[in-house]
Parts: sequence; C-alpha cells; structure tokens
Amino acid sequence: MLELVDVHTYYGSSHVLQGVDLTVGAGEVVALLGRNGAGKTTTLRSITALTRPRSGRVVLAGRDITSRPPHVIARAGVAYVPSGRRVFSQLTVAQNLALAARGCPGRAGPWTIRRVYDTFPALAELSARRAGFLSGGEQQMLKLGRALLAQPDVLLLDEPTEGLSPTMVDALGGWLNLLRKAALSVLLTEQSAVFALRHADRGYILEKGRVRAHGPARRMIDSRELHDFLGVGRGGDPPDGSATEGRR
Amino acid sequence: MMPTAIIDTVGVLSTAGALFIVSAGLTLVFGAMRLINIAHGSFYMYGAFLLTTIAGAGTGLRFWLAVVAATIVVALIGAAVELVIMRRVYDSEHLTQLIATFGLFLIFADLALHFWGDNSRTANPPAAFAGQVAIGGAVFPAYDLVVIAAAVAVGLGLWVLLQRSGLGWRIRAAVEDPETLQAGGTNLPLLRTGMFTMGALLAGLSGAIVAPQVAVAPGMDSSIVVAAFIVAIIGGLGSVPGAALGALIIGAAETIGTIVAPTWASSFIYLAMIAVLVARPSGLLGIPERRQ
Ligand SMILES: Nc1ncnc2c1ncn2[C@@H]1O[C@H](COP(=O)(O)OP(=O)(O)OP(=O)(O)O)[C@@H](O)[C@H]1O
Ligand SMILES: [Mg+2]
Repeated sequence: MLELVDVHTYYGSSHVLQGVDLTVGAGEVVALLGRNGAGKTTTLRSITALTRPRSGRVVLAGRDITSRPPHVIARAGVAYVPSGRRVFSQLTVAQNLALAARGCPGRAGPWTIRRVYDTFPALAELSARRAGFLSGGEQQMLKLGRALLAQPDVLLLDEPTEGLSPTMVDALGGWLNLLRKAALSVLLTEQSAVFALRHADRGYILEKGRVRAHGPARRMIDSRELHDFLGVGRGGDPPDGSATEGRR
Repeated sequence: MMPTAIIDTVGVLSTAGALFIVSAGLTLVFGAMRLINIAHGSFYMYGAFLLTTIAGAGTGLRFWLAVVAATIVVALIGAAVELVIMRRVYDSEHLTQLIATFGLFLIFADLALHFWGDNSRTANPPAAFAGQVAIGGAVFPAYDLVVIAAAVAVGLGLWVLLQRSGLGWRIRAAVEDPETLQAGGTNLPLLRTGMFTMGALLAGLSGAIVAPQVAVAPGMDSSIVVAAFIVAIIGGLGSVPGAALGALIIGAAETIGTIVAPTWASSFIYLAMIAVLVARPSGLLGIPERRQ
C-alpha cells in the first residue's frame, strides 16, 4: 500500500534520513520505533512532504507521490496525525471535524461526522467546546477523528500514546484494532515499544536515520535489536518506565 | 450629549472605521502567513489614487462604481503580487520577507509618482453625502457616516466569514497551524493567494473610501502602514476583532490628543500602544504564538 524506497531527507545541511526503506501493506499496522531524534517524525513528514525528501521515492498503491504538495498527498489517501496538541484550538470540536470532512473533496469513504461521534462518544458531548480546552486524550480522539474523515487508505500516527493516561492508552489500542478491522493501513511511531508492538503486525527500528531492524511484531518484542537500539529489556519496560507512559 | 461630544464621537468612529478596514486586511495576512507586509500601505494608497482617477468629478453613481472598481483593481494587483513574489518568500526568514515587501513598497511608490505625479489630489464626496448633518445640535460631515457604515459592513462581513463559513474556519486554522491544515487536504497555496488578495482588497477599499476625506498624495502609503501596524499590534496580530478595538483606541487617542495637547497628538498613539503592550504583550485579543 505504502512504500518508501531509499528516502534521504535533510534539515538544511543535516542529513537526517539516510536511506529509509519501509513498506506498509494493505490493512497492516506497522510500528516505527526509535529513540529521541532517530528520525521517526521526519519519516512521516517525508511521506506527507511537509518536509520534502531530497532523494528516494514514496509510493502509494503503485503511484509515485514523492514530494507532491501535501494536500495532494492527503487527497491521494494519506492522513497524518501529528504528535502533541495539534488541534485547531480556536475552533470547536464540531468545526474541527467539519473542516476535516471537507478537506478531501472527491474522496469517498465510510467515515462521517456521525460515525466519528459514534466511535468516540466523548467527542459528541464536547462538540460545541473549543478544541483548545480539551484534555490530551480528548484531543487525541479529535485528531484521530479528523484524520478518519479524510477517508484515508493510510493513516500515519506520530506518537499516539504521548501524554495519555494508562486508561487512554488502552483505549487507543482498541481503536487501533478498529482501524485494522476497517482495513486501514497504519504506520505509527512510538518510543514506547511495548505498546506499539503489542498492537502492530510488524515493526521497524530506526536509529540515526537508518532502519536497523525489522520484522513481525511478535518476534521483535523479545528481540536483541529492541534491547540494543531502544534499551528495552527483553519483554519488559525500559529502566525509566517510559514504555507504558509515553514521553516525559 | 453635548454637541462637541457628538462631533468628537463621530470623528473618532470615522477615523477608526477607515483604520479598521485597512488594519483588518493587514492583520489577516499577518495571521495566516506570518508575513509583515509593508506594501499593504501601497495598496491603500493605490485605492485612493485609483478612486480619484476613476471617479473624476463624478459624484453620483460613478463615484460608487469607482469605489468598487478601485477596490477590485487593487485586489487584482494583490493577487498578482502574491503569485509572482510573495509565495516565494513565505518560507524565508522574516528579514527576507521584510526586504521583499519593502522593495515592493518602493516600487509601488515610484510607479505612483509616475502615474499620478507628486501633487496631492482630491476626490469629491458623493453628492448624497456631500453636506453636513446635524444631530442634537452637533454638525459634522455626512460622509463620516459612509465611512462608519463601510467599517461596520466590513466588520460584520468578516465576522460572518470567519465564524460561520467553512472557508473562515479554514482561515482560522491556517492562522494556527498551516501544516496540519495542509496535511488534511486543504490547498494552502491557493488559500494564501486568496487571503493575500483579500488583504489587498481591504486596503484598497479603505483607501478608496477615505479619498474624499483626505489629500490623496504620495506618502499616504507610509503613514497608513505605520498606523495600521500599531492598530494590529494593539489588537493582537491576527485578530480581526482586535483590529476593531485597536482602531477605536487609536482613533480615540488621536482625537483626545488633538484636544488635550495638539502638538503631542501623534505621540498619544504610541503611548496607547505602549500602555496596551505592557499590560498584554500579545495585544488585546491576540493569541500567544504556538510553541513548536
Ligand atoms: N525542523 C528541524 N530542523 C532541524 N533539525 C531537525 C528538525 N526537526 C528535527 N530535526 C532533527 O532531526 C533529527 C530527527 O528528528 P525527528 O523529529 O524525526 O526524530 P524523532 O525520532 O521523531 O524523535 P522524537 O522521539 O523525539 O520525536 C533529530 O536529530 C532532530 O534534532
Ligand atoms: Mg518525533
């Protein structure tokens, strides 16, 4: 569904992605793991052309979308959920969603604002509230809902567990299963390898802008590479306990 | 109310009205593109010059058509400027942008000298509003009411656009987070062209509307851009309601200054700005910049 071939991306003169190869199959959930600054966000930004790769190719369902304008890539079926509190804080929840629903005219799909409210009942109750006043978890739901309304084939999630409470992280796992059932392809980045690998089909480990290891998620959970590149103890949490709590 | 108070109030509202229209354009463009557009003053001046040329001595329908035509021509100039120059500098540093718009400002000033000379010109107010109006013993120029009405219409129009329309939500989203908007499928370059054009349109409209009240001459570009920036900063860069508040404050400061200490009148504007910024560094209704 989505394929990256030898992608090199720079910020100015700093060579951040040094030839990333990666694929996400149709209906597959893929985790992109790596430490701070490994290049996870940059990989997602290279796909969406918010930062344009200097060389390499990004292919979506057989179609080369490398460095096309971001809105063209969105309309081709790639939805990007950035990390952090990036909702339109001055707009209400309903306005955020309405905007998203109109973002990709011409794309047909199953998602409607009603269905988003059915999926995230908490949002329905908050529909008239300004998005800036939502909690971190509620904002995460809004960001997801917004992305789904673009009727994507591929969903890019940047650190979805960041700042979420353990209950919200569990809920997020449920939503990921839902997306998988909806046959969406998902590429998610995480520092918290345990969460990501539990819900992913496959995983990639990124270090210093290169893919160091990849494989089926179940096998990676106990892998050497995870230990070497992420400092995650075999099958357990990293020493600072950040695996289940996200960043900070 | 005492007659002088009425006169002063109408005067403040009329000054503030014209300032609001031009500043609203400036603040929208800054908010959405983070672009400090010095040439905004040029658009205003061109609105005024074009009005004098197109309206000629006409005071009937021709005057009103001239307002519309001057506004449209300035909007088209704005669109061309965005397509040819501005879209190349959005990602540049502020200094580059500043130099680009300042260069435009100088070019527009020279072109204006070429087309209209350096004599000041005047426009006749439309016949229906040429005289004086008396309310409660106060007598003031009827044309002030036209300016006030135009400002109210622009204010309401922008309010409906920004609060009630999908396009408006998109504009407000672009102010806050253009990247996320773009990644959601919005054609940001097109939206920016539209916004810049709208900014130019508002500047041109303001210039055309005030033409019968002022001496239309070279130099009005620089004086208005300073005033408009002060208004936009007081209100909070990017905030249209803020521009309305800022325009009222500056209109009032100017008028009060003229009454209290005529020689210091222009300082009152800056004092007002300093007072506001000390209390609220992001301006009255400004949103502090989002940290990345
Ligand atoms: N806008 C930028 N300009 C310059 N360098 C940047 C920029 N954004 C990121 N970098 C650098 O690029 C490298 C990769 O950053 P990236 O954000 O992709 O990492 P990440 O894996 O997402 O890390 P994190 O887990 O902290 O989010 C880092 O060294 C970072 O300092
Ligand atoms: Mg990141």
